Amino acid sequence: MWIILLLPFIGLLWVPFFNKLEPSLFGFPFFYWYQLLWIPVTAFLTWLVFRRYHKGDEE
Amino acid sequence: MSSSINWTALSVFIFFFLLITVMGFAASRWQSQGSKGSALDEWGLGGRRFGTWITWFLVGGDFYTAYTIIAVPALVYAVGAYGFFALPYTIIVYPIVFAIMPKLWQVAHKNGHVTAGDVVYASYNSRPLELAVAVTGVLATMPYIALQLVGMEVVIKALGLQGEIPLFAAFVILALYTYSAGLRAPALIAFVKDLMIYIVVLTAVIVVPMKVGGYGAVFHAAAEGYKAKGSGSLTLAPGQFLPYASLALGSALAAFMYPHTLTSIFAAKSPNTIRKNAIYLPLYTLLLALIAMLGYMAYAAHIKVSAPNQVVPALFQSLFPSWFTGFAFAAIAIGALVPAAVMSIGAANLFTRNFWKAYVNPQVTHTGQAKVAKIVSLLIKLGALAFIVFVPTQYAINLQLLGGLWILQTLPSVVFGLFCKRLGGRALLLGWIAGLAYGTWTVFADGIKPVHTVAGLTAYTGLWALALNIIVVVVAQLVLGKKAQSVPAQA
Repeated sequence: MWIILLLPFIGLLWVPFFNKLEPSLFGFPFFYWYQLLWIPVTAFLTWLVFRRYHKGDEE
Repeated sequence: MSSSINWTALSVFIFFFLLITVMGFAASRWQSQGSKGSALDEWGLGGRRFGTWITWFLVGGDFYTAYTIIAVPALVYAVGAYGFFALPYTIIVYPIVFAIMPKLWQVAHKNGHVTAGDVVYASYNSRPLELAVAVTGVLATMPYIALQLVGMEVVIKALGLQGEIPLFAAFVILALYTYSAGLRAPALIAFVKDLMIYIVVLTAVIVVPMKVGGYGAVFHAAAEGYKAKGSGSLTLAPGQFLPYASLALGSALAAFMYPHTLTSIFAAKSPNTIRKNAIYLPLYTLLLALIAMLGYMAYAAHIKVSAPNQVVPALFQSLFPSWFTGFAFAAIAIGALVPAAVMSIGAANLFTRNFWKAYVNPQVTHTGQAKVAKIVSLLIKLGALAFIVFVPTQYAINLQLLGGLWILQTLPSVVFGLFCKRLGGRALLLGWIAGLAYGTWTVFADGIKPVHTVAGLTAYTGLWALALNIIVVVVAQLVLGKKAQSVPAQA
């Protein structure tokens, strides 16, 4: 399960994969909307790990 | 940019600046009922009682600085896609925070640690390693504070005020309220700051494209601009792939080693406060990406500036009414005050705990520590001010780059002990020396560039130095043998 926290590293550091202009979305070239997309995706993945391991912890 | 004073903009600017000054002084009374108000925990960590929301604002407030708002768009304006490395950087930093920082918090909370130096001393019983971590923290923070002041200087100059007096006035306000309220002042002001920044940025990223014909037009204009200039592009050149990725990764690893970010983490109420923040903080990254786009919008708006740092102020001045420009500039200036305050507190904590208490007066009380820290925080800010008044700005930017490389070398000492109990202080110290010496030497020999080529691969110099650091630690550990006895923690 912890392994999914590594996905953003692969998705964002493997630069040749997203270094292109097309397909564009709402005027944003791929390079930009692809990286922006990782913001909610990373937050969601982190939330999944949090739910799995820490929901009932202290606080 | 016009050099005459715009009175509407200036009045709005001054109004908001005064507002947060009042809040800063009021902050000392906030949330502090029933506690011993003079102890270092109170002044330097706000009593360690900040819940999820306050921590969100505080971390966001000191992580996304005026320098982000000024320098990231400036870099994007100058070089295009390459300047966007801050986007992946501020995404992957949060899984790192999620995995590491709650553990570090637990160690710090259980033993009353205030700084990274405290953690390291308790883990390895090594005064030299503690000092190494503390000195690195203070050194790496100074140019960072100086750059916040540069951010303020840029907007103050854009308002038409000349000379150093306005900057000095803003600085005195910052120094005084930090002195009296400690971490509570920036934490409270961070609310106002973030609200203002969100309003400014959301307005800008909606209104500017509307004025110039949409985002497609923005990117098109930027592409044309780079073509005309003959440098920069909307995508990366193949030679930039590894520098882009390694700058993102290296910056992410370094980010929470800085005393100011660590201070915000230690001030949290619980490990789950930190974990939840790792989930919510990416909202700021969205903001950062949109701010970076301002660099492209400048092309669409036909902005011409003499120095890239003026791009954002110039964009606001040419597209918005004066009152909104004043509001935006106030947001940027206050956005510099919050991190500058937290940075000086973090550095002052390091000095007090890991130098004053360790070498000058081991018997110092908690109240005494708070007193020393308050005075040192003033001195650190004065140093930063002197820095930008007397040293050319370009030099400060280079030192900040070096600061990132330096602070990265404390990562093995601060973090590895959480996961591996077999490392010794001597091995870590040798690694720190090797990484620091190699990195500093390389950067200077290379004409102060952020990337460097090793074995045909061009990557962030800080990462190369960290790799050497880790290799030395591992080899030294194998040679030197088992870990020295760790000391019982002291508060």
